[in-house]
Amino acid sequence: MPIDRATIVHVADLARIALTEEEIERFTGQLSVVLDAVERLKAVDTSEISPTASTLPLIGVQRDDVIRPGLTTDEALANAPKGGRDGEFFRVQEILETR
Amino acid sequence: MKGLPRTITEAAALLRRRETNALELAEIALRAAHADGFNTWLLLSDERAKAQARAADERLRAGDASLLCGIPWACKDIIGTKGVATTAGSKILESYVPPYSATVVERLDAAGAVMMGKTNLDEFAMGSSNENSAFGAVKNPWRVDRVPGGSSGGSAVAVAAGEALFALGTDTGGSIRQPAALTGVVGMKPTYGRVSRYGVVAFASSLDQVGPFTNSVEDSAIVCQALFGKDPSDATTMPLPSEDLRRDLGRGVKGMRLGVPKEFFVAGMEKGVERAVRDALSELERQGAELVDVSLSLTDHGLAVYYLIQPAEASANLARYDGVRYGLRVEGPDLLETYRRTRGKGFGPEVKRRMILGTYALSAGYYDAYYVKAQKVRTLIKQEFDRVFEKVDAIVTPTSPTVAFKIGQKVNDPLSMYLNDIFTLPVNISGLPGISLPCGLSDGLPVGLQVIANSYQEATMFRVAAAYERATKHHELRPKVAA
Repeated sequence: MPIDRATIVHVADLARIALTEEEIERFTGQLSVVLDAVERLKAVDTSEISPTASTLPLIGVQRDDVIRPGLTTDEALANAPKGGRDGEFFRVQEILETR
Repeated sequence: MKGLPRTITEAAALLRRRETNALELAEIALRAAHADGFNTWLLLSDERAKAQARAADERLRAGDASLLCGIPWACKDIIGTKGVATTAGSKILESYVPPYSATVVERLDAAGAVMMGKTNLDEFAMGSSNENSAFGAVKNPWRVDRVPGGSSGGSAVAVAAGEALFALGTDTGGSIRQPAALTGVVGMKPTYGRVSRYGVVAFASSLDQVGPFTNSVEDSAIVCQALFGKDPSDATTMPLPSEDLRRDLGRGVKGMRLGVPKEFFVAGMEKGVERAVRDALSELERQGAELVDVSLSLTDHGLAVYYLIQPAEASANLARYDGVRYGLRVEGPDLLETYRRTRGKGFGPEVKRRMILGTYALSAGYYDAYYVKAQKVRTLIKQEFDRVFEKVDAIVTPTSPTVAFKIGQKVNDPLSMYLNDIFTLPVNISGLPGISLPCGLSDGLPVGLQVIANSYQEATMFRVAAAYERATKHHELRPKVAA
């Protein structure tokens, strides 16, 4: 199925990725080719088949609820981007409007 | 000594005979790595390595050391190393220094192995040629106009070029086995659930496994011995009793039934690759194995299944790169625009392509048609392997349909690039263990033989691989640079 330019723009927006005009053009063509190739799966009869999310024969793995040491505040904040730390906090832009 | 010994077992013997010491091995390895001409390394941590080597020498003197004690190794830069930058080959993590080490690194540290530094890779392990690294392509030491394969290209080259005695890689659709094949070394992907992923940058979580590159099958088993086992920090590791992975190495293949799937010998496969693999099958037969024609009829659909599930999982995993807590931040007028700009600037083209493909496959209206459909066909592919393993002990195939191709040849054609992995990715889809080992040259470039075993049957996989290796000299061939 060919994928159109508007779909690429919409999906990139869902994925929170800013694309350049050139990227939008290029990806539109390239992803159409890939989607054409995956289209062939429709020919496989899966009416009686359950999906496999993981091949691991484990479900509901639990561990003992014990306290163990974690990162210190400084360690956790050490990789904050430039301008992204404010004392003991990560600094982010305002997301709620001030009244 | 001028160069490193060829294998871990040789180095371990030299260390025990006091003919070398860990510090000398580390210095030889680091010297070779600093002189590397293939863009193999993203970082060399000389001081850390030498400190580890000195500690290893003390343990060796005390006489209680494991086989990996004092052995210099290379770490794919997608595996977190405490205090040592870990970039995943991406601009978005260029300045990231992990505050903790991955469990696999801790296990090798505990064994006394000496980590030399971090190796180049396709960004977030997305690629089959190592051309998608934000820090430049890696070259193949056999011929420098050729790719080394990917995504663990740097780790493969470090071992192929004699700059480390082993390396760790990650394999989501072939990222250890395919570069091992293209550079003439041994590369192994364990059964899903064997090795902890804690501290490894996540790509596609139902497929990713960590595994080793080595110069021999026995070395591969030795490294796996240190890596395998349940990790309380990774709920996807299997709680299995520990076993000796080398126990069957010397048993030979007499009486074994080896499956040869006809779908793995397809049009488009290079003649020289087919010839080398057919010769390897004859050798195994000569040793008394019974070759059994089997069919994995859904092999052809593996690529489609993989290129839906893998980008879908990746798009979820990579949502964490938002410029808030670590990594690159490119600020915009509001938070949403900051996310968009950070990710637009921080991710390279292949990562963006897969984020878009994955987001599309998971989006409303397409989820059932693409993602769930792929998961259902995944079930069928796994069932087909299960049925084949009722009849055979292992499956033997080519690792890749081609030898190393030219740098730049496939970079603008994603689908042709993705086809590199058609023989390796069904193994990830089904969670099975697989190993690639050298089986000769075609046109002067290495060809890889893949041995696939049933889940948790790594000892059987090593047994077949070791029997082939023992009878041939292909694994001793080295690129001129390392000769």
